[in-house]
Amino acid sequence: MGVNVPEPGSVGQVELQMACLFTEAEPLVLANGEKLGPVEVAFETYGNLNDRRDNAVFILHALTGDAHAAGYHAGAARPGWWDNLIGPGKPLDTDRFFVICANLLGGCQGTTGPSSINPATGSPFGLGFPQLTVADLVEVHRALLRHLGISRLLAALGGSLGGMQALQWGLSYPEEVANGVVVAASSRLTAQNIAFSAVARRAIMTDPNFLGGDYVSQETNPDVGLAIARMMAHITYLSEDALTEKFGREPHPDSREPGFGIDFAVESYLDHQGQVFLGRFDALSYLYLSRVMDYFDPFSASASTAKVTEQPVKWLVMSFDTDWRFGTEHSRRIVRRLELAEQPVTFREIQSPWGHDSFLLEVPSYHATLRAFLDRALVEVSQ
Amino acid sequence: MTLRPDLTLLAGLIPDGSRVLDLGCGSGVLLAHLIANKTCRGAGVEIDPDAVLAAISLGVPVVELDLDTELDHFAEDSYDVVVLSRTIQTLKRPREVLQQMARIGDQLIVSVPNFGLLRNRLRLMRGRMPMSRDLPHRWYDTPNLRFTTLVDLEDLFASVDLRIEQRIVLAPTGLPSPTGQAWPNLFGAAAVYVLRA
Repeated sequence: MGVNVPEPGSVGQVELQMACLFTEAEPLVLANGEKLGPVEVAFETYGNLNDRRDNAVFILHALTGDAHAAGYHAGAARPGWWDNLIGPGKPLDTDRFFVICANLLGGCQGTTGPSSINPATGSPFGLGFPQLTVADLVEVHRALLRHLGISRLLAALGGSLGGMQALQWGLSYPEEVANGVVVAASSRLTAQNIAFSAVARRAIMTDPNFLGGDYVSQETNPDVGLAIARMMAHITYLSEDALTEKFGREPHPDSREPGFGIDFAVESYLDHQGQVFLGRFDALSYLYLSRVMDYFDPFSASASTAKVTEQPVKWLVMSFDTDWRFGTEHSRRIVRRLELAEQPVTFREIQSPWGHDSFLLEVPSYHATLRAFLDRALVEVSQ
Repeated sequence: MTLRPDLTLLAGLIPDGSRVLDLGCGSGVLLAHLIANKTCRGAGVEIDPDAVLAAISLGVPVVELDLDTELDHFAEDSYDVVVLSRTIQTLKRPREVLQQMARIGDQLIVSVPNFGLLRNRLRLMRGRMPMSRDLPHRWYDTPNLRFTTLVDLEDLFASVDLRIEQRIVLAPTGLPSPTGQAWPNLFGAAAVYVLRA
């Protein structure tokens, strides 16, 4: 497929872009006071910014996402991770919206993260990389927005950790976010959520190839630990019914008699998920970004909603009924907190059998809701 | 956008600048009017998916939940006005919903069709279930689970310690009815109540 003849509904061929948003001289000051610079950011954009520069929607990706949300990289067979939402005629209609997606700070898909080279030492940061917060991720997105010459977003939109960033952005800088869309997210992880992340981190850090975080300079990788982390997390992304429907108790085709290998189809699937993940994700990013989620608690700070009460953001909060990672109660808590801050909040619990992963899928009532909300946002901004 | 007469009347009862929660808001036309013309803020509650989408398209914040079981979602005293417009007859637990409304809001506005209307009584005497502009459904496809007269309804209000501050009785046209005001339970096709705990 080429640039000139994109398939209907696709943004066609796209390219990853890079921007250096902070430097050693003018570093990013993190929430904990530490400084980080330079900060490189990988991002993509789709559609066109209009003359009034008021049709920009910032897509915020989840824990293991990246900047490539839609369209095709040259020669690629698969489109970006949210291609079902973004493109001509889709809910995020690129004929009308200007869509931005950036890899987040601490990530490993082009943006500065713990496996990037520390200019001060010439070696990868490793565990010397500073601890991050969702607020820090938002500061880098804001810098990209300024770099693009946009002062106010039509919407900040994300699922899971992406929803957390949308929430934080709106609460901290309501003047920059007309609409906040928070899907399958949480404003405070439960003990169970943190427990799952703890096991994932332990799997990574006890892998003999982790080497105290120095695996990059030692030219190795904690493959086993990272794959186990992914396998376990993946179970929490799907509902029990989804796994049953996909695999049931099907034996793996190569399985002859009971053993300790891959006997069941579901085991093969998880193994595959783990292996594929190794090719695209970094163990240190997993540690840092999962920790970012553990500590996210934006409503706990005093006056956390003072700004947004002064200048309300229009919010859309959605959950999925079979999501047990960040179930409906998590979203309801966000809605209640926003209501107490006198925010205009729309909330839906979407029925979908696919669990937490539903936010990435083309669930009709989910996409219809996004479409209605975003269309309205566009009407209101041009009034 | 022109409002239905009964909604215009409801809107007139709601003070400018109020925070309004509209239970069973449908496509959100009342709230859209209040937000646009009376500097009100607030949200609707609706469970019908198509109505929820319509409300979103009108720019009305809407929370999708079940009035009968999920109103504890809303915080105590979080709204100035809570509206229940032509919805109480569709509820499984109207008494609990009224109590929740009193917990959530200060002023309550409840509108209901009156089953005790003389015309309805005559139709029943002829052996037929009442049907009218206010009760437009056949008995087998009505969303209405309960039928009340105004007298019975006022007993329910009293039983949950709601004080009637104002009662506006409507003619079958949807406009206030002078005869209805004199003999509400016989000549009111519907009524709008302003209540306080």
